[in-house]
Amino acid sequence: MDKFHTLTAAACPIDLNNLNTDQILPARYLKWTRAMGLGKVLFQDLRFDAQGRERADFPLNNPAWRHAKILVGARNFGCGSSREAAVYALYDHGIRCVIAPSFGDIFSGNAVQNGLLTAIVTDQEATAIMAALTRTPELSLIVDLKRQSILCDNRSYTFSIDPVRRMRLLNGWDDIALTESYRDRITAFRASVREQRPWVFPPL
Amino acid sequence: MSQPRTIIDKLWSAHEILRRDDGESLLWVDRHYVHEGSFHAFAKLAARGAKVAEPQLTFAVTDHYMPTRRPRGEIDNPELARMVRQLEENTAANGVKLFGPDDPRQGIVHVVGPEQGLTLPGLLIVCGDSHTSTHGALGAYAFGIGASEVAHVLMTQTIWQKKPKTMRVTIDGVTAPGVSAKDIVLAIIAHIGADGATGCALEFAGAAIRALSIEGRLTLCNMSIEAGARCGIVAPDAATFSYLEGRPYAPKGAELDRAMESWSKLNTDSDAPFERDVTLEAKNIAPIVTWGTSPEDALPIDASVPDPARESNAARAAHWRDALAYMGLTAGKRLSEIAIDRVFIGSCTNARIEDLRAAAAVLAGRSSKVPGLVSAGSSLVKQQAEQEGLDRVFREAGLQWGESGCSMCVGLNGDLVASGERCASTTNRNFRGRQGPGARTHLMSPAMVAAAAVTGYLTDVRDLLVDQKV
Ligand code: SF4
Repeated sequence: MDKFHTLTAAACPIDLNNLNTDQILPARYLKWTRAMGLGKVLFQDLRFDAQGRERADFPLNNPAWRHAKILVGARNFGCGSSREAAVYALYDHGIRCVIAPSFGDIFSGNAVQNGLLTAIVTDQEATAIMAALTRTPELSLIVDLKRQSILCDNRSYTFSIDPVRRMRLLNGWDDIALTESYRDRITAFRASVREQRPWVFPPL
Repeated sequence: MSQPRTIIDKLWSAHEILRRDDGESLLWVDRHYVHEGSFHAFAKLAARGAKVAEPQLTFAVTDHYMPTRRPRGEIDNPELARMVRQLEENTAANGVKLFGPDDPRQGIVHVVGPEQGLTLPGLLIVCGDSHTSTHGALGAYAFGIGASEVAHVLMTQTIWQKKPKTMRVTIDGVTAPGVSAKDIVLAIIAHIGADGATGCALEFAGAAIRALSIEGRLTLCNMSIEAGARCGIVAPDAATFSYLEGRPYAPKGAELDRAMESWSKLNTDSDAPFERDVTLEAKNIAPIVTWGTSPEDALPIDASVPDPARESNAARAAHWRDALAYMGLTAGKRLSEIAIDRVFIGSCTNARIEDLRAAAAVLAGRSSKVPGLVSAGSSLVKQQAEQEGLDRVFREAGLQWGESGCSMCVGLNGDLVASGERCASTTNRNFRGRQGPGARTHLMSPAMVAAAAVTGYLTDVRDLLVDQKV
């Protein structure tokens, strides 16, 4: 997993509450492997109409934001289905950071597993950043994970993120290697489960 | 004396192998359910040359990609067949038990687990599916995870988690006739919002919850994710124990006695503090339908579509405008005047036997004004319904009686609601395009879907129950 330190990039505002993972990646692409190009179908039904024409009013189709690496969203971004492929689609499209007032729990867990930063700001701050971007679409944001800051149009915002997730992103940590280092404790715990709650292990 | 603890605290500490200084805990996983969507995770496993660590604690079903509108047998759609085959191969290679396409126990993962007695009180259960919260109905700590976490659980039978905040929703009193678990949970979501429980483990308590059957509690916990909750839990009680008795994988004899003794301690001590506590009165809950594109867009059936112009919160008003445009509705329209094109009775929310009985009670001797599909939550539920003659009621009403699977809940198997069509549905998500691109979904209880079928409009089922002999 890639480490995340700072990012200076164009940012695309998407002012939709409860933007769920079905919107980020429609269900029909869940069969796809990552190699098939999930980034191409990110937000497919919001970006394109039924004939496959771009919807001019969807922000990611704005020339200034086509290659944005940052999204700025509204309340409850990434709620809904647990599909991690929604994070693959964002990442493979080039998105490295999403800024929003709140995130779906499973989504932000999936994000950290893949090096995607989910930065939490207040409702007002998200609105202010989106307004600045709408005024000046070419604006670059500077996101600094160590300092938990976002610089936008000469204004600085502090974002919050779970400290453990922050450490993981900063270090690019892989869970499995970490867990393996506790192998003995896991084995001992398993034995205690067998002993105290034998019904956990059903007859085959 | 020790501190009073919530059921959430008790379940958490029973599974915590260790806690790191940074607050992250390594938890032991008692049950891991997998479905066709696990292929990303199995690929990660294969890439590391690893095998499933605890095949005995891992159970697989085919549900999301199962055809449900044609009889069982060879799957003719090559893409669906490939998804099913992948799971067959991955489970076989790892010695994992699969309830596959031809198994009489096949069904939706969140229906099969409880039905087989695999879901038990006090277990920590995970699955790469957000509606894993369902299993909390039996007093389990159950939550959905992503593909990387699925791979981690497959390899280690553990998962890293930070202890969530605790929240309790209490429903006091008695619900009115015709009001079901689905109405209760939609009322809760409408009240606290689609992110009202984000970051929380959510206990449901109160007399109205205790009065729910296990089926009703499964519906309730199923939708706790739609309020953003990590998991939903109902403390086990006598109803739980009698539901479990005799289920194939549940403990038996002396082991059952021992288990029950341990399960009976799974409750919230009086005075145990929750970080958030919300109380609703059961008597104020009416049959509810959704009108928009988030489960929080839910209102009693006698209400009207809300007016964004009268909403002072700008973001909410924008969401409402957007939802109305997508749903093809205008502000102020009475919900009971909304005509539907189709009905769907199915999904892990509302396709257990009790749900089918509730819908059949309304449809008996009547016909549906619109086409629709009924897909039982499991092949065993289907069989039971046929023994009770419910399939006849649905067929005679003009609805299709399908096979079991996720079906039109998400349409991965090709059973879609057409663009622009309006569907009264017993499912859990009314998201844009959830049942197919452009599809318009109204969520409600099975009885309410049946009522909508009978009149062709969203309808208060209570008006239809008056003269119905059940
Ligand atoms: S029935 Fe619907 S919500 Fe339930 S597991 Fe299947 S797709 Fe998900």
